[in-house]
Amino acid sequence: MTSKAHRAERVFAPTGSVEFDADVLVLGGGPAGTWAAVSAAERGARVVLADKGFCGTSGATAAAGTGVWYVDPDPAQREAAMANREKLGGHLQDRRWMARVLDRTYQQSNRLADWGYPYPVDDRGRSQRNSLQGPEYMRLMRKRTKQAGVTILDHSPALELLVDGDGAVAGASGVRRQKHDRWIVRAKAVVIATGGCAFLSKTLGSNVLTGDGYLMAAEAGADFSSMEFSNPYAISAAFGSVTKTLFFGWATFSHEDGSVVPGAASKGGRSAIARALLRGPVYARLDKADDDVQRHMRASQPNFFLPFDRTGIDPFTDRFPITLRLEGTVRGTGGLRIVDDSCATSVAGLYAAGDAATRELICGGFTGGGSHNAAWAISSGTWAGQGAATYASQLAAPARRQLSSAGTIAFRSRSQRAFEPAALAKDVQAEVFPYELNYFREATRLQGSLARLDAAWRDASDADAAGKADILRARESAAMLATARWMYRSALDRQESRGMHRRDDFPDQDERQRHYVTTGGLDEVWTDIRPHAEASFAEAAE
Amino acid sequence: MIEVIDAERCTSCDICVNVCPTNVFDKTDGIPVIARQSDCQTCFLCELYCPEDALYVSPFADDAQAIDVIALKQTNAMGSYRRAVGWTDDTRDRRAVDRSYLLFGH
Repeated sequence: MTSKAHRAERVFAPTGSVEFDADVLVLGGGPAGTWAAVSAAERGARVVLADKGFCGTSGATAAAGTGVWYVDPDPAQREAAMANREKLGGHLQDRRWMARVLDRTYQQSNRLADWGYPYPVDDRGRSQRNSLQGPEYMRLMRKRTKQAGVTILDHSPALELLVDGDGAVAGASGVRRQKHDRWIVRAKAVVIATGGCAFLSKTLGSNVLTGDGYLMAAEAGADFSSMEFSNPYAISAAFGSVTKTLFFGWATFSHEDGSVVPGAASKGGRSAIARALLRGPVYARLDKADDDVQRHMRASQPNFFLPFDRTGIDPFTDRFPITLRLEGTVRGTGGLRIVDDSCATSVAGLYAAGDAATRELICGGFTGGGSHNAAWAISSGTWAGQGAATYASQLAAPARRQLSSAGTIAFRSRSQRAFEPAALAKDVQAEVFPYELNYFREATRLQGSLARLDAAWRDASDADAAGKADILRARESAAMLATARWMYRSALDRQESRGMHRRDDFPDQDERQRHYVTTGGLDEVWTDIRPHAEASFAEAAE
Repeated sequence: MIEVIDAERCTSCDICVNVCPTNVFDKTDGIPVIARQSDCQTCFLCELYCPEDALYVSPFADDAQAIDVIALKQTNAMGSYRRAVGWTDDTRDRRAVDRSYLLFGH
């Protein structure tokens, strides 16, 4: 499979930069990015993968463990797997996509076994493939990516896309932050696999996920869907980063005085925890876990116990303070809008995979847990990589195209006022972290937030271009800001409660709003609605 | 946040510098330094990848902690995560002990 002929070509570049010619450029080295890179390389493409951090450790999966929506190809089991999530997701899923994701995830998970992933074996001797250990999985994916002949650029955040004269995406450029130079990759197609946006909330492994890919794609003209489904919060010890909400299924939640928080639960009762946290501290104790469950927990997720073992807390017998950390669009379901089965976006040459892409197709308005997102990363990564490789191979005129940079905010010199990334990031967090703004939404509060976020966008747009030392942080904070505006503009448009989107002023689900909300735009954010697939099929049949 | 690079154990292999997803460390002529501690996201991955058990990540995600390294080394904490996930020679069998499938559906 490894072949020198299929390697991306390093070309002569001026001092202070490194340049490659490739067929496919993948941005992001988490599950979706590595599956995309391997799949594109298997189709004969010369591939470069640029990761903001280190491919193998960066992203939401690498630090954690994740369930995988892996279901045996038995029709009854598949039917149940699709049916039992539809209500939770507000009936916005698409059965055809669910079925193809189940198929592809099953195939690729089995390939992981062939590649040596150490799946556990149960008491009856069956290999259990519906869970992956992040560090182990991503270490293996890095190895496979290299073996496929992909050129990996670590610590190489992309800053902006390159576009040709027709507006088609044709590469990207960024910085190699440990080598203190710039990288440029000219490619025939680009896969955005940069993950979602968790707004630097320190939910486990997610601080590299600041919506960078969204911003770059929007600058090239891409649009988004389901961005209102962006308000999941994960439970963690108040002092810690480890979010493993599944384990809190065995918890009792209490107020400071020891009284139980009414209605509080990890599943179906997290809003009660959020409401209690608005009034004071909330504590948890995993006192519903018996000895067997405790043992299984320790074996399955050793990192869950690090914060406890290292502070002398026994989480099964001691009460400890908890908090809810925003997971934003990482466990929300929105992202770049997908326009066809190859995970193409609305912009020529640009593909999206994993959390950067909308997961409405299989999750509707609710994910919870990593299971569906992990399956989506594997499947959409595979399709996007193959789609990008096919597109690249069909692209005529191999002669050098004139490319221009698509970056806007933080690149434009407009005034003498400095761009202040840290302050901007804080301002955005002040709008998206509070439960009363994001968890429990309401028109007046959303409008107030949007007015402040729009003003922040104008300010940042008028600021001077960020300097070399600040440019990554500037682009990250701008991406967080843009993401917040797409989120809240979409949330304002959905005048109902559906999936994880919850409106105090519209507490019920409204069947007339069983549609998707599309959004996009930078200086002016717009929204639109698209019919659900079943509705459009119904119309076509009439 | 990352608190400790133990100078006695560190061999200056720079693996932590390479693998940290948020670029917290800098290389030097000798052992790496924690150059941007506030960028640490407390993911424990540097500690997991350190072959010498020379690193210690405090579980406090938001505030730096004063750590007594001598006292710390008398506990079993350094390297405990690597051992638990089976990334040491002695614990390789633990790589396949994931029992999540018994916990799902709760």
